[in-house]
Amino acid sequence: MIALNEISKTYGNVSALKRVNLEIHSGEIFAIIGNSGAGKTTLLKIISMLETDFSGKYMFKGLEARKNPEKVRKQVTMVFQNPVMFRASVFDNVAYGLRIRGVNGRELRERVESILESLGILSLADKNARKLSGGQRQRVAVARALVMDVDVYTLDEPTANLDAENVRIIERAISDMRDDGKTIILATHNLFQAKRLADRTAYIENGEVIEVGETDRLFESPEDERTRRFVEGDHYF
Amino acid sequence: MAWEYVAEGVAGALTLVVNGNRELFDIALRSVKVSGIAAMLAAMIGIPIGVALGLSGFRGKALIKSMFNAMLGIPTVVMGLILYLFLAPAGPLGFLGLIYTEMGISFGQMLLILPIVVSFTASSIESVEEELKDLMLTLGANRVQAMLKTVEEAFSGIVLSVIAAFNRAIAELGIALMVGGNIFVRGGELNTRVLTTSIQMYVARGEIEFAIALGTVLLAIVFAVTALSNYLQRRWVSE
Repeated sequence: MIALNEISKTYGNVSALKRVNLEIHSGEIFAIIGNSGAGKTTLLKIISMLETDFSGKYMFKGLEARKNPEKVRKQVTMVFQNPVMFRASVFDNVAYGLRIRGVNGRELRERVESILESLGILSLADKNARKLSGGQRQRVAVARALVMDVDVYTLDEPTANLDAENVRIIERAISDMRDDGKTIILATHNLFQAKRLADRTAYIENGEVIEVGETDRLFESPEDERTRRFVEGDHYF
Repeated sequence: MAWEYVAEGVAGALTLVVNGNRELFDIALRSVKVSGIAAMLAAMIGIPIGVALGLSGFRGKALIKSMFNAMLGIPTVVMGLILYLFLAPAGPLGFLGLIYTEMGISFGQMLLILPIVVSFTASSIESVEEELKDLMLTLGANRVQAMLKTVEEAFSGIVLSVIAAFNRAIAELGIALMVGGNIFVRGGELNTRVLTTSIQMYVARGEIEFAIALGTVLLAIVFAVTALSNYLQRRWVSE
């Protein structure tokens, strides 16, 4: 479904991604783990075609993504680590993507309310989205993406700094998305979360993909010494 | 003795205001109308320019922004002189017939406050977080839809820029005096006397009560508009 071939990205003299090769299959949860600054967000932005200035080849469902950025964006929605909100109510935040696709009236209301209910925030529908707590805003951000009903979701640290209850709700939503046949690409530095959710995992360090494999195998018997050190927690010290 | 002079002036001015002196309120209304038209014209021209500047990233953008920023502090008396030279019957734009007319003052004030609207609008657009722009795109907006949403997000800053521009226009003297000429004929239709030019004239004539009354009305308008601006700002910031 997604094939990245020799993808590199530099910001000035800084190399954010170095010749990344990855294949992500339809319907899987694919985790990208690594320390802060490893290049996870840049990689998600390229997959979501929010970053279009890179070298290498990115194929999305047989389409060359760089030549069709808007087509890719119609099928890939990203949830950011910082859940920014429009200056509007929770309902209008979640409805924005549907409205620009021409969904209106009863269908719009039903779809938005159904998503809000599934994430436990229907009671906040009329509240000012910018006045919510961090956990509530992250749930709105996930709802805003989920309501789009696209094929691929890229999630950038979706539960960073959240309490256990919010983490549980968002992880359940991610599992439900997979059950609905969606493809989820999850960037996280939370190893437990990757273990709990991901079918396959890639470890990325200094912009370089070090190792990719089945999540259980990668955590239990990593092939690369750098992966082993990361999954055993040496990076914390 | 010295304080008596001030006290008598203030008392006389309050009497004029409280009694609703016709001339006083005619002048005040004309000021609001002339500067309101100037602010409206500046908004119609300046907002699109500011939006384009804020959204684009072309080479030379910084230079254009610096030019508009530099024009923010232009002395109104110099602006008035330049406009007079252009709009006077013998000047290159004399054929427009704007000299010594209300529309002439509005046109001049519009040029004065245009940089305020352009600069503040561009800054408001630029201050919309990059992540919000990414969010619009990832939710499926095309470039035009994303631009419209960015303008919507910056709406409060744009409105405040027009309010600030109106305040600058109504309080300026140089353009109103040189382009308008401070003409007043009782019952006439071509009057150009506004608050600032009248204050200057009544002080020069020694009619201090009327000057204080006009000053009080001008301050009241400026404070009211500033209060509205502060209220909107507080409301929008809290949103």
